[in-house]
Amino acid sequence: MMNIKFWLITNLLLLAITSLKVSANIDLYTFQSEDARQTYLELTKELRCPKCQNQDIADSNAPIAADMRREVHRLLEEGKSRNDIVDFMIDRFGDFVTYKPKVNSATFLLWFGPWILVLVGLISILYFAKHKSNKKAGINKQNISEDICSNAEHEKVEKLLSSYINDKENDA
Amino acid sequence: MSKRWIYITPLLITVGLGFILFTAIGKDPTKLETARLNDPMPAFELPELINGDRLITENELTGKVILLNVWATWCPSCRAEHDYLVELAGKGIPIIGLNYKDERPEALKWLKSLGNPYLYNIFDPLGKLGFDLGVYGAPETYVIDQFGYVRYRHVGVVNEKVWLRTLEPLFFKLQNKKS
Repeated sequence: MMNIKFWLITNLLLLAITSLKVSANIDLYTFQSEDARQTYLELTKELRCPKCQNQDIADSNAPIAADMRREVHRLLEEGKSRNDIVDFMIDRFGDFVTYKPKVNSATFLLWFGPWILVLVGLISILYFAKHKSNKKAGINKQNISEDICSNAEHEKVEKLLSSYINDKENDA
Repeated sequence: MSKRWIYITPLLITVGLGFILFTAIGKDPTKLETARLNDPMPAFELPELINGDRLITENELTGKVILLNVWATWCPSCRAEHDYLVELAGKGIPIIGLNYKDERPEALKWLKSLGNPYLYNIFDPLGKLGFDLGVYGAPETYVIDQFGYVRYRHVGVVNEKVWLRTLEPLFFKLQNKKS
């Protein structure tokens, strides 16, 4: 009985500690509108923490992520648009800071590289497929022309056939 | 001829990709190039650390090539590089401190006990200038040219290797620049 009680209490304590840790990351910001709150939630998931890379700033405990969340909130309350805020962060932390980098000369390959490779692949597949079927078609044509025999041969065959038929009729 | 290209293209792509990926080996992805590269210092007005009445603006950072060192007492790597900064200052390299998200008494104690390599310190307890500069962790060291433009950022500890290999050549190159 004693053991179960102890077990329960330690578990409850552990639960309390972990839930505390989770809530440590939730800032208590109030927003003018539901829209602004929604944009805040989206933006903090789209902006990347420069310190703890591979975490968005909503997820990160780093002081810089907290600063960035504060700035996102401040700018939203000032009525700045989503794009303004992303630009504001890129000005300070570079293209790195957004999970959806803007299209420019440096990020061109990042955005279109895979599509270019797919295109190159498709083109070469089509090229090879066409090439191969052309080759095949060529071979068939050759075969067909070989199949078609000359007139002399034709006559020879006719002769052979008729003599064969005659033989059969004679046998019968 | 076109047939040969069809066969060579995948090879070229592979070699190209291989080259790009190979150059990235050993590169530390946590060290980001500054977004402020070749931009003027962001505008600011912040007090000096030791003499809180004196206000410093970005205009004060012009006139000569300087190192702007972002530091804080809560930052262990800052402690690691401090002695080398003192050594650099002893050689006459102008270093200006940006005391980042720190407590004034702690910072003053630090300078008193470990030596002060800085010409002066910009006191930025809220990390405002730090944020505008794109500082994402201390220590960071910026090279600011005589016209007040950001020319380089080093993330992490400055030691002899970093100074000799990267910062010093750039520092003297900038110093010799006339416009």
